[in-house]
Amino acid sequence: MERMSFDLAQVPLRELNSFLHQDAPAKGVHQVVVTNPDGAHNIAVGLDCPVEVEIVGHAGYYAGGMNKLASITVVGSAGTGVAENMMSGRVHVKGFASNGAGASMHGGLLVIDGDAGLRCGISLKGGDIVVGGSVGSFSAFMAQAGRMVICGDAGDALGDSLYEAVLYVKGKIKSLGADAQIEPMSAADYATVKELLDAAGMQHDAKDFKRVASARSLYHWNAEADQEY
Amino acid sequence: MCGIVGLLVKKPALRPRLGELMVPMLIGMTERGPDSAGLAVFTEPLAEGERKISLYSGMTEEGADFNWLGLGHELKAHLGIDTKLAVQGNHAILTASIAPEPVKRWIREHYPRLHILSTGRAIDLYKDIGTPAEVAARYAFSGLAGSHLVGHTRMATESAVTPDRAHPFTAGEDFCLVHNGSLSNPYGVRRMLEPRGIRFETDNDTEAACRFLEWRLREGDDLETALQKGFEELDGFYTFLMGTADKLALIRDPFACKPAVVAETDDYVAIASEFRSLAHLPDIKHATVFEPAPEEMYVWNA
Repeated sequence: MERMSFDLAQVPLRELNSFLHQDAPAKGVHQVVVTNPDGAHNIAVGLDCPVEVEIVGHAGYYAGGMNKLASITVVGSAGTGVAENMMSGRVHVKGFASNGAGASMHGGLLVIDGDAGLRCGISLKGGDIVVGGSVGSFSAFMAQAGRMVICGDAGDALGDSLYEAVLYVKGKIKSLGADAQIEPMSAADYATVKELLDAAGMQHDAKDFKRVASARSLYHWNAEADQEY
Repeated sequence: MCGIVGLLVKKPALRPRLGELMVPMLIGMTERGPDSAGLAVFTEPLAEGERKISLYSGMTEEGADFNWLGLGHELKAHLGIDTKLAVQGNHAILTASIAPEPVKRWIREHYPRLHILSTGRAIDLYKDIGTPAEVAARYAFSGLAGSHLVGHTRMATESAVTPDRAHPFTAGEDFCLVHNGSLSNPYGVRRMLEPRGIRFETDNDTEAACRFLEWRLREGDDLETALQKGFEELDGFYTFLMGTADKLALIRDPFACKPAVVAETDDYVAIASEFRSLAHLPDIKHATVFEPAPEEMYVWNA
């Protein structure tokens, strides 16, 4: 039994998730196809084995959240918080993703072919996010580590209060957040962008990307700053 | 948390099926709003001089046993007008060929606990406490016909769970609004509107948004201008879905704090807080599905 199918119009979601948590690793199932997801929340959350999951349709909130090792593909759009807190593995959304995609991710690769909503990569702690389209406002807010490649535009306050995560943007940036700045691209940056685009299967020229990183001016308290509010 | 649904059918042949298509959408939003539900349906408009008024007797002592026939007789005796009443338990739609204001004034004076839900030539409004499935069954939502509708499932956060605080809210004629979110300046908006003679019926924050936007429309703004003023004046979290006699309109706050998703085919435009309320619509697999952007206006014509 290498491949399994779950029709969520027929079986409850809990059955699918329990299979993915317990039986898939125990029985050596490598591929699971999920049909009729119909926007259900929490599909394939908390996986902890190298299984491939294909969700055919639109997923609801937190699809692939907390993922470890698994490779999860959504052939459709994903709701709020896709791949939230992913530790490792891969989540690929072929449509668009709603708000908070990849929030608080620690590792792994999140690929979104379409647009991502607001707060994409908020509090990123590691891992990589590649967005084929544009990202909404407040993306990479307080992102601490990891890398983001944005092939379209970015909304307001990109990288606000950024720590050590690095963002690469091809399109227009509506506005940068506090302490985020555009920096020159080095040879290592071009190589990084190419590596991530290749991993995501996207065709862009790394030369067209800008680097956004922290100016680190918020790292230390400035007692001299104007404190009137 | 609350749930929003909206549906506009593009082909007249689908109008008789509007309610049937919508009921699974409304029930799909039960987890987001289990305490009350409601909807406004827009039908073929009545003739120029006619008006219909949706009435709710659930807050009177008689409740669903309210003497609707008696109300009709009294209106005839005191105002000398003929009315038609389509009754469904604690709900009735009163139709008359006169200006609505004297009728509404008389009802407020003589039946202060009879709640006036809506007024217009096209709008019928239903709302009550209970789960979406219970409310849909109570008023036979699946049999409703019309060109478009606006529905809501409520999980109350800003005011008590009562029928008059359920959504949709209405103001003026043929205008309604449903809201997912919470406003931070409803009392400021209210203090600005009340001196202009605009009367509030509840302490609900959504009512302030509804009356503000209807006031702008009445002052001559077109829908887009009124919505722009809404972005400037209404502070807080919101996805608003509004209905007029011939339009559906959707806006989200600049932070997109509350969700919305739209599915469009050649046959319909469907709006819901989440995709799971759209999943059962016909031909949904081929629909164009998108997430409306924050601080943008989306207006669809019936």
